[in-house]
Amino acid sequence: MATEVHLLTHPFHPGQYVGPFTTAHPGLGGVCTFVGEVRGENGVEALELSHYEPLTLPGMKALAQRAVARFGLMGILVVHRSGVMLPGEPIVCVSAVASHRRAAFDAVDFAMDHLKSDSWFWKREKRCGTWRWIDPRPDDYAARDRW
Amino acid sequence: MARLVFLGRLADLAGAGERAVEPGPLAEVLALLPPDLAIALLDERVRIALNGELVGGPESIVLRPGDELAFLPPVSGG
Repeated sequence: MATEVHLLTHPFHPGQYVGPFTTAHPGLGGVCTFVGEVRGENGVEALELSHYEPLTLPGMKALAQRAVARFGLMGILVVHRSGVMLPGEPIVCVSAVASHRRAAFDAVDFAMDHLKSDSWFWKREKRCGTWRWIDPRPDDYAARDRW
Repeated sequence: MARLVFLGRLADLAGAGERAVEPGPLAEVLALLPPDLAIALLDERVRIALNGELVGGPESIVLRPGDELAFLPPVSGG
């Protein structure tokens, strides 16, 4: 299986996904994994991601396939949370397996930049008991446009 | 009936994540909504998906019974 994509509404342990994913690709030359977690800085009490079922998961799958094709990967794993998360909980895990390390590094970077700027997620955070929507940042678009 | 779906901050503005509406031309559907919500839905940065497929603009949309029309404000990323 070249791509493995999960959209979860419950907490997850990245290792439970990365372990079986890498063992499913014997003969790999390198695996690169990134895990993003909810930052606990600036008094953030919780983060909530919402998604739109008909678009979000298909968009993630299309992104995974683009990454495989572009970097010649053996496979890519994308796991993303939706729902309410607490500081320290993983939001996203991307893992790429390839014959050579550079493709794996670059594919994870590429996938993260596109997940941050293009994916169908809406994010709000709770501080001091009040929820506030998070607007897209120019930095996110600039990161995507590097590719 | 047809269904409007509001994502992100549009759900707060609408007071709910979705709303059942009478089918018909979108302009007529929107005219029955609170004006501030209708204006927000027509913001050019808001994308529209009809039955799970992105469509170009709201001009020519006519809602049929059972249709789901989603309003998608700019994403804040994963």
